[in-house]
Amino acid sequence: MEAVRFDNVKFSYEEDGAEFAVNGVSLSVEEGQFVAILGRNGSGKSTLAKLVNALLTPTEGKVTVFGMDTLDPKMTFEIRKSAGMVFQNPDNQTVASVVEDDVAFGPENIGVPREEIGKRIEFALDAVGMQAFRHATPSRLSGGQKQRIAIAGVLAILPKIMILDESTAMLDPRGRREVMEVVKKLNKERGMTVLLITHFMDEALQADRAIVMHRGEAVMDGAPEEIFARSDELESYNLTLPRAAAVCKQLQAAGMPVGNAFDAEELAEEICRSLQKG
Amino acid sequence: MLNDVTFGQYYPAKSFVHNMDPRAKIVLIIAFIVAIFLARNFFGLAAVFLVLVFLVLLSRVPFGRVLRSIKMILFVIVFTAILNLFFYSGESAYEPLVDWWIFTITYESVVNMVFLALRLFLLVMGTSILTLTTTPVALTDGIESLLTPLKWIRFPVHELALIMSIALRFIPTLTDETNRIIAAQKARGANFETGGLIRRAKAMLPVLIPLLVSAFRRAEDLGDAMDARCYSGAKGRTKYKKLRFTWRDLLGVLFFAALITGIVFLNMYLGTKFDIIAQIASLF
Amino acid sequence: MQIVAKGLTYTYNPKSPFASNALKGVDLTIGEGEFFGIIGHTGSGKSTFVQHLNALIRLTGGSLRVGEYDLADKKCNFIELRSKVGMVFQYPEYQLFAETVEKDVAFGLKNFRKDMDEEARAAAVREAIETVGLRYAEMEGRSPFELSGGQKRRVAIAGVIVTKPVILILDEPAAGLDPLGKQELMELLHRIHGGWCKTVVIVSHDMDEIAENCTRAAVFSEGKVAMEGTPAEIFSRSGELFALGLDVPMTARCALRLKERGIDIQTDYTCRDFTDKVLALWKAKGGGDAQ
Repeated sequence: MEAVRFDNVKFSYEEDGAEFAVNGVSLSVEEGQFVAILGRNGSGKSTLAKLVNALLTPTEGKVTVFGMDTLDPKMTFEIRKSAGMVFQNPDNQTVASVVEDDVAFGPENIGVPREEIGKRIEFALDAVGMQAFRHATPSRLSGGQKQRIAIAGVLAILPKIMILDESTAMLDPRGRREVMEVVKKLNKERGMTVLLITHFMDEALQADRAIVMHRGEAVMDGAPEEIFARSDELESYNLTLPRAAAVCKQLQAAGMPVGNAFDAEELAEEICRSLQKG
Repeated sequence: MLNDVTFGQYYPAKSFVHNMDPRAKIVLIIAFIVAIFLARNFFGLAAVFLVLVFLVLLSRVPFGRVLRSIKMILFVIVFTAILNLFFYSGESAYEPLVDWWIFTITYESVVNMVFLALRLFLLVMGTSILTLTTTPVALTDGIESLLTPLKWIRFPVHELALIMSIALRFIPTLTDETNRIIAAQKARGANFETGGLIRRAKAMLPVLIPLLVSAFRRAEDLGDAMDARCYSGAKGRTKYKKLRFTWRDLLGVLFFAALITGIVFLNMYLGTKFDIIAQIASLF
Repeated sequence: MQIVAKGLTYTYNPKSPFASNALKGVDLTIGEGEFFGIIGHTGSGKSTFVQHLNALIRLTGGSLRVGEYDLADKKCNFIELRSKVGMVFQYPEYQLFAETVEKDVAFGLKNFRKDMDEEARAAAVREAIETVGLRYAEMEGRSPFELSGGQKRRVAIAGVIVTKPVILILDEPAAGLDPLGKQELMELLHRIHGGWCKTVVIVSHDMDEIAENCTRAAVFSEGKVAMEGTPAEIFSRSGELFALGLDVPMTARCALRLKERGIDIQTDYTCRDFTDKVLALWKAKGGGDAQ
């Protein structure tokens, strides 16, 4: 089933619409897909994300989520129920001073009965591995833990799509790893559709598909390996290769017969094979 | 400088008092205040004091910690007491102790001063037991629940409670942020410690402006995050937390009912605060 | 100016139920001329340590000397020290406050060098703005709040380097930037380092960043220095780093895998050196000749 569809979408933050933050994007995301959206700061990738759950609505064109048009105000509630969103700053998303109260916020808003909310809190905290922190204060947690709570807060609404708008950008490596593991698990085990907005290239490697945004346009779209193989094009959009891929490219440029590698493990594999051949 | 770890007064411990329903605690504190003002003689205040000591023991908060809350308003207590000492206008049955210029000190004004200081002391101690044993979150929940009847006159109880809860939630975040900005500006040579009042106020601008900018940014982010989690006001909303009135609270209510009754009896049989002079005299 | 810390201890909220020991005896020497990296988890004490270096946190236990300044000495001129030890906090763009970029950058100068005349001050501000790679004419009159994220960060850094500190400390300077922004920032730091700024200290979570840029580094863990040395020395002890829950650079991870397969690569873990060593090994085995 088609989860998200953009039809020639344009969006401008200004009244006169002189400059488009998103400028003519058409794409379709299937349910269960894990899509990474890459791009420099200001490339329009966050605007794209907010167009999905009707936080923003297109100036031109049309966005549909499971067939629901985001321009239809009667659908806004349903759209947000099916497409949850986690934001960048872990400190700016929690409303309550106790973890479980915060996770309860979404279900309370959509009128879930009390006993059911209890179950959903349990389920959501379990899914992000934070059961032990049910009664903790979010402000005392680490960045990674706060973002997992934010994810739990979204999960408690039982969405089918999870949008992460640079949710790992402010985290340390441990926090990033924690969040990425949770997201991957949700995608693999629950078939959650994931839209991951990021500028960490190695995170994009975990996705099924990567879309590169540049000046409001979706300029590259394909499997991450495919996109990283087109390194010159990628660099023209001011993006850099994952470190391992960059080293690999250097080796290839020096004439060493190594195949394409994108992370440390693959690179070791390729170097090893190449050396043993010789 | 601001201290980053605690805000409010909450003292974490497991006790009978900690476990009470916040609504019951708020109501009982009001009863406690009523008792203080109902008491007309020192015996009544002594009874309140005993109850207070009992509550502190029950709450497992160290006495020193409770006394610390007095320190902050000690000045207010002393000031009001002194004013009362000099400007007590009641009749006197005895010769004045001091009569100089516009100042007159009588036995009655001394008694009155002591009585008033004791009242204030008990008042502050009592309320600080509430704030020491109840988290700000629980207090908010309690207040929201107690205000629920006001919904009938369209008072925005839910919105008010949400505002309080978000404010509480952001206090530690903004405190951290303030500390960070202060440190950053100090590193750029800002001096917050010396100079006159105007100079110091001016020195705070490099802290206040970034703090305001950041608060607006956070508010915007939070608004988006709340929208994304389907927030649309109180309508159609359920509530997860339910406050529970238990046997502890019932015990508390009975206990305070007994206290107030006791004070009424003490008032009836042991005279007024001024009788203390005659009562002490009769001991000798 | 050399930094010498001995037995540094620090406790937040002493004598309260929330007391926490942030530093439990830190011994660390950072020599003049180094590009020093400080690694560690959030809460390892690294931020507390660096805030001691310009007396933002007052010394309570142990000894600390920064150049000729003895921070244990109550008569130590802390204001002067702060003008020589610049500190760039995490997300420094959030401390911008003035109505123009020019005024914001000048803030430190006005505080530290009250005797400086207008002309000299304007020249210093201009130099700082240009050092961070922005155009003075384009920037000076603009409000710092209308700039892009990357530009804001540069302006904030200009506001610290405007006094030409001898030691520059940066807490996660590249956090939140995109890959190219990170690269540009590191280039900027190398440009500053070695001129009037003798020593650069960066606090970073990014092991690749440490490996690529630092001359020496220290690993903080639970309020102590757990490891210290050149990046090559530190990252060759990957087992210890993993035990501390820390990562290693991509090159070290790759070298580790190769070692498991019997290929030993001696590298300093920069991408360039790693590439060169792999190529050398390949050539030694006769690779490249065949073509």
